[in-house]
Amino acid sequence: MEQIIFYCFAGLLLFAASMVITIRNPVRAALFLILAFFTSAGIWLLLEAEFLAMTLVLVYVGAVMVLFLFVVMMLDIDLAPLQEGFAKYLPLGILVAALITIEMIAVLGASHFGLELVSAPIPHPADYSNTKEIGLLLYTVYVYPFEIASVILTVAIVAAITLTLREKKSKSQNISEQVKVRREDRVRMVKMDAVKPERNEHQESKS
Amino acid sequence: MTFEVLNMSLALPEMFMLAMACTILMVVAFLGKNSAKMAYILSQLTLAVTAILIYQSFGDSGVTFDGTYIKDAFSDVLKLAICIINIAVLLYSTSYLKDRDLFKGEYYVLAIFSTLGMMIMVSAAHFLTIYLGLELMSLCMYAMVAMHRDSMISTEAAMKYFILGALASGMLLYGMSIIYGVTGSLEIATIAETIQAGGLDNTVLSFGLVFLVIGIGFKLGAVPFHMWLPDVYHGAPTAVTLFIATAPKIAAFAMAIRLLVDGLGDVHQHWQGMLIMLSVLSMIVGNVIAIAQTNLKRMLAYSTISHIGFILLGILSGSQEGYAASMFYALVYSLMSLGAFGMIILMSRQGFEADNIDDYKGLSRRNPWFALMMLILMFSMAGIPPLVGFYAKLTVIKSIIDINLISVAIVAVLMSVIGAFYYLRMIKVMYFDKPIQQEELQAPTDMRVMMSVNGLTVLALGIFPGSLLAVCASVFS
Repeated sequence: MEQIIFYCFAGLLLFAASMVITIRNPVRAALFLILAFFTSAGIWLLLEAEFLAMTLVLVYVGAVMVLFLFVVMMLDIDLAPLQEGFAKYLPLGILVAALITIEMIAVLGASHFGLELVSAPIPHPADYSNTKEIGLLLYTVYVYPFEIASVILTVAIVAAITLTLREKKSKSQNISEQVKVRREDRVRMVKMDAVKPERNEHQESKS
Repeated sequence: MTFEVLNMSLALPEMFMLAMACTILMVVAFLGKNSAKMAYILSQLTLAVTAILIYQSFGDSGVTFDGTYIKDAFSDVLKLAICIINIAVLLYSTSYLKDRDLFKGEYYVLAIFSTLGMMIMVSAAHFLTIYLGLELMSLCMYAMVAMHRDSMISTEAAMKYFILGALASGMLLYGMSIIYGVTGSLEIATIAETIQAGGLDNTVLSFGLVFLVIGIGFKLGAVPFHMWLPDVYHGAPTAVTLFIATAPKIAAFAMAIRLLVDGLGDVHQHWQGMLIMLSVLSMIVGNVIAIAQTNLKRMLAYSTISHIGFILLGILSGSQEGYAASMFYALVYSLMSLGAFGMIILMSRQGFEADNIDDYKGLSRRNPWFALMMLILMFSMAGIPPLVGFYAKLTVIKSIIDINLISVAIVAVLMSVIGAFYYLRMIKVMYFDKPIQQEELQAPTDMRVMMSVNGLTVLALGIFPGSLLAVCASVFS
């Protein structure tokens, strides 16, 4: 039973991942990426990593991919030039990919990672908390990597703001200034005598 | 579960740097427009104090943070070198940034965070720490390359750098995960013990190793993973090129030593062959293509590739002398490229980039002193005695001959002869061609002094290479 579920998820994952890179429509590619995240979350569930599976769905599907979809829909990407070289490099790409796949099957197959070599993990009882274990490890053994990861996130924010913020280039409204405006600031009353506009040849021919 | 209080004092330099980086970030955020000057001073102060902290704790060693952080002589020397080189880098880049409207506080924040990443990489005792340090360092550098937003060529360079960097990180992570699958640990010391104990699946181990070597090759810029390097060096603002061409190479060298020597030293015969290929290809491609370049930044980029080939020679020899030799080479290389890229900045001025070889025509008549400095740097890169580049090449090639890889040594010597051509052409241009332009140098005094110090250090280390060689040798004994 578990094997059937695994192969279903794994097959779907492979299908979705290859669709992400081959499909022409970027919105559909993003949707296939969501499918890929869902199926890999399923595989993690089979590994009894419930917390990670849920985080994958919540963070990647719920937050990252939604933002991604927004960006993809807002940008008007012209796909034709992006796909120009595709056919030209396709044979070489397929050759390399096929070679790597064969090698990986040979190395990562059952002969090297079979059950007799790597024993299956012992199933945990129902009250076992995956989340608690991760929490314990994260804040004790892995506290140093955890801190570095937080520094990386800080840098990501700094970098993103540095690259996108342009000071005083865009038009911005200052509401309070707008409200405070009086008529005298904007309109100037000018008193002048009535004049009859001089008509010349040019204007007449125009009208 | 027991919890013991960690010995955090070992990581004092990193903690100080992180605290200061956050302080600078706050200063930049609150001072607003005029924060760049303050950020610059604070960054220099941070680097200097960190260097002092590292220097004072020389000799202490130990592993802390549950086997994720290591402090040993190797990390001390390299971290000190990274701090000193970055002080010089920031000093060189200030006037360049001012002239091009890039003099912003964020630049220094990113530079300090990137330096922190390098230090974390150098002191990593765990695959996770290596990866995170690498990402911290690279992420800052991607942003720094892209900082010149109005320049198409910078943006393109940043894009290439980012995508290929992400690809390389993916490769590295995949290799790490495979090695974790074989050895059951991510801690470098434990991995080494497990491999030494034997009984592991060698096929899978070397499969993981291939991906690790590819990741390292990408980060160092070894052929055939070098495609990003000339474009990024050329496209980035020269101040940023200076930054990414110097200290990160030391960090990448440290990463290679930590992964291959400390972790997988016992399967040395597996990675030696791969490194021979990378190294020989790098020396050939780097030196031959550099001849055809007319842009100095591109020429130096290809020369970097060839120097990386030489650094790999020492690592692949698998002997203590070889590791020491390549460490010496990595340190000397970043000192020389610091001078060479610094010279481009020195010669540039507002609205003018001195990055074409023709811009240096007749430099000896316009400015004999800096022409002499450039002569020293170029001779040193070519490996001509009595300059320090000669000893770097000599020790590396000697370590290869000691393990009877004579054919590789012959390629190395031949390639350094070919390489001498384009360095000497630069000298010919400076000394024997008629000057095209007559503008005075506009560089500020501190930069001129720094450049003189830089060139004279290359000369002094060439005449007295003993102390630095001894330091490198003592690290690996």
